[in-house]
Amino acid sequence: MKTGENVIEVVGLWKKFGNFAANKDLTFSVKKGEIFGFLGANGAGKTTAIKILCGLWKPTSGKVMVSGFDVYTQPDKIKKNIGYMSQKFSLYEDLTPVENIRFYGGIYGLSKDEIRRRTREALTMLELENVARRPVKDLPLGWKQKLAFTVAMVHRPGIVFLDEPTGGVDPLARRQFWNMIYEASNRGVTIFVTTHYMDEAEYCNRISIMVEGEIKALDTPANLKSRFNVRTINEVFLKLARNT
Amino acid sequence: MIPVNIKNISKAYGSTKALKNVSLQVEQGEIFGLIGPDGAGKTTLFRILVTLLLPDEGSAAVLGMDTVKDFREIRKIVGYMPGKFSLYHDLSVEENLTFFATIFNTTVEENYDLIREIYEQIAPFKNRLAGQLSGGMKQKLALSCALIHKPKVLFLDEPTTGVDAVSRKEFWEILQRIKAQGITIMLSTSYMDEAALCDRVALIQEGSLMTIDTPGNIVGRFPHKLFAVRTADTFRLISDIRNFENTGSVFPFGDAVHFTADDKNMILSQLPGYLKKQNHHNIALKEIEPTIEDCFMDLMNKNNPA
Repeated sequence: MKTGENVIEVVGLWKKFGNFAANKDLTFSVKKGEIFGFLGANGAGKTTAIKILCGLWKPTSGKVMVSGFDVYTQPDKIKKNIGYMSQKFSLYEDLTPVENIRFYGGIYGLSKDEIRRRTREALTMLELENVARRPVKDLPLGWKQKLAFTVAMVHRPGIVFLDEPTGGVDPLARRQFWNMIYEASNRGVTIFVTTHYMDEAEYCNRISIMVEGEIKALDTPANLKSRFNVRTINEVFLKLARNT
Repeated sequence: MIPVNIKNISKAYGSTKALKNVSLQVEQGEIFGLIGPDGAGKTTLFRILVTLLLPDEGSAAVLGMDTVKDFREIRKIVGYMPGKFSLYHDLSVEENLTFFATIFNTTVEENYDLIREIYEQIAPFKNRLAGQLSGGMKQKLALSCALIHKPKVLFLDEPTTGVDAVSRKEFWEILQRIKAQGITIMLSTSYMDEAALCDRVALIQEGSLMTIDTPGNIVGRFPHKLFAVRTADTFRLISDIRNFENTGSVFPFGDAVHFTADDKNMILSQLPGYLKKQNHHNIALKEIEPTIEDCFMDLMNKNNPA
């Protein structure tokens, strides 16, 4: 269990669209270096909450602090201090890995020297040297996702949001990806991740399960399994999401 | 007549070989799963089978009809649900269904029994535009449209991708009922756990089939002893197991680590002591049956030794 400071603090978050409440009174916090799994059925309100945490949308009410900044008044500071990787592959397909890193490094205002250094590190770590000069669209999906993760971390954010990062990725590449997540977490980076793979939920330090806009459970995977008296998080998920 | 008979099919896009000499048969009334990650060649094979793409080499037949020569006949008797939502976004739910029934020279009423259970779940939204449906509802509408002409063979390309665990379970319950009506189903998925729900599966990786069999037989052929071990620190456990002598592959699996080894007695008698020495707590170790995912990774390693 991580014991450091809270880098995400949410108290009584509501988000309404007309009469429809996508987020209902969410309260939770995430610690520095924690791997926090944010689970829920399709349409449960996960994407809405993530957009708010990333400073893209304002809540209807409630307190939301990310990296010490207030989402109502300091969304630009939040954006500089977080990384985000979308479920949809969002690098430029016709740019090479090197060009993508340079582009995103430039967007985040890194110096030329810094971009060069990060590029070298990334290519070595991902073993991408051989394909560094080929367009990203030629890479296998598993490598693309690892590259996307690296690009999301190019400005060394304290928190990174991963929205279904491993959908469709082969089982070996999926595990290599989680290895990168563990390494980042060991360096103190906070990981906020959504997934439909319930075995991946078990890799998280803590998970929350959202059902129809509310957080129905939040604990370590081990505690959730023992509370619901089941053997897997999949069963916990099915119990919670079906009882509606 | 064999529902699907694929003989030595190859297909390349430029220098990328999407399918390499693929052969398989799907039997009458079964659910056949093509299991593999994105980019393995699953969609290419489906597109060839539903006559939307020509193979470079080899041939395929659906219910005895050739996918190149008899494409018109095949299109009448197969149902196809592509991986990408391909209904008309600007038609309503009901309009889409009527459209597909009309195209196939039938009516919604004539085959309504076949889709009743699925369609009733989206019927409350029948006037909503298809583009505005949630993911789960889109999937149910697409399945209804693929079934409305009562096809003999149903092709579903990644029907559960991006779908949450609850909806996936419901979808599989629906498939079992379609199967019970005598419709042969061939589907693809990147979720390894869904293999166990198929009658037979082919594991596909980089355009080649690694094995074709029942899930039970594939698991039964796993060539090593497999163990699951849990401790309080999974991440450190992985490297500690790798460093222990006589262990083969080591992979995290949920809250446990799976590893292969051949000397069961040695593992059970010596590994716990070693892990204690490495400061692991709450050690639980046992021999286990492999899952399809274990088998998939083992076959991947064999085809592609590191």
